[in-house]
Amino acid sequence: MNQTPSKKILFISRHAPYGTSLAKDALDAVLSSSAYDQQLSLLFMDDGVFQLLKNQASGEIAHKSFSSLLPVLPLYEINSIYVHYESLKKRQITINELVLDSVQIIDSSAICSLLAQQDQLLSF
Amino acid sequence: MIFSLAIYAAPYTSQASDSAYRFALALLENGHTLYRVFFYQDGVHTASSLNTPPQDEIHFTHNWQALAQQHNIDLIVCIAAALKRGLLNKQEASRYDKPAFNLAEGFEISGLGQLVDAAVISDRLITFGG
Repeated sequence: MNQTPSKKILFISRHAPYGTSLAKDALDAVLSSSAYDQQLSLLFMDDGVFQLLKNQASGEIAHKSFSSLLPVLPLYEINSIYVHYESLKKRQITINELVLDSVQIIDSSAICSLLAQQDQLLSF
Repeated sequence: MIFSLAIYAAPYTSQASDSAYRFALALLENGHTLYRVFFYQDGVHTASSLNTPPQDEIHFTHNWQALAQQHNIDLIVCIAAALKRGLLNKQEASRYDKPAFNLAEGFEISGLGQLVDAAVISDRLITFGG
């Protein structure tokens, strides 16, 4: 890896946890990226907010549960985690139902400025 | 400007795969640099040497090979995504005791770190598919 100044990279996870591999592939990409000394953040929006629900019983479909996968994020020093407020509201999900307690809930206008601050966006 | 592309879409299934190739042609024609193409998810199928489309259809594998050779572009295939979809190079085939390998020439199997590296090195990283 070249010695270039670190960049702000935002991963956007917009899909439900199971049904397609997008959510898991997004998480794998975020975790792999944590080793590269960049300014990483992660945004859950649209159906992506379903990934954050507690007590997902995905063993029934032979998948690892996002309820147990997502809490590793802080161990990888991914601490800038955002959740889109309107996406939660539309799906009647409350903050108490989320598996991560250190997330920042932000509304659509705050998302605009979050996106504008980034050098790169990776959408899944 | 330095560009990189991330391709998640399988060839032939969605337009995104073709759009990525056309975007690559357009940026090169306009004097920009294409640093790397990173194939992730179903996009890894683009790199199979066994892809055999009818003669009157686009051959994505050949197109990328030719473009990469002409413009010195990195064609990287995500190793985790590739192995589980049966896309292996000679080394991985031997490591997992498989009877054959099928990674097309000009493509390279590597890790997700290459996607981050592309994000860091490039001015623009454009995603196709997903």
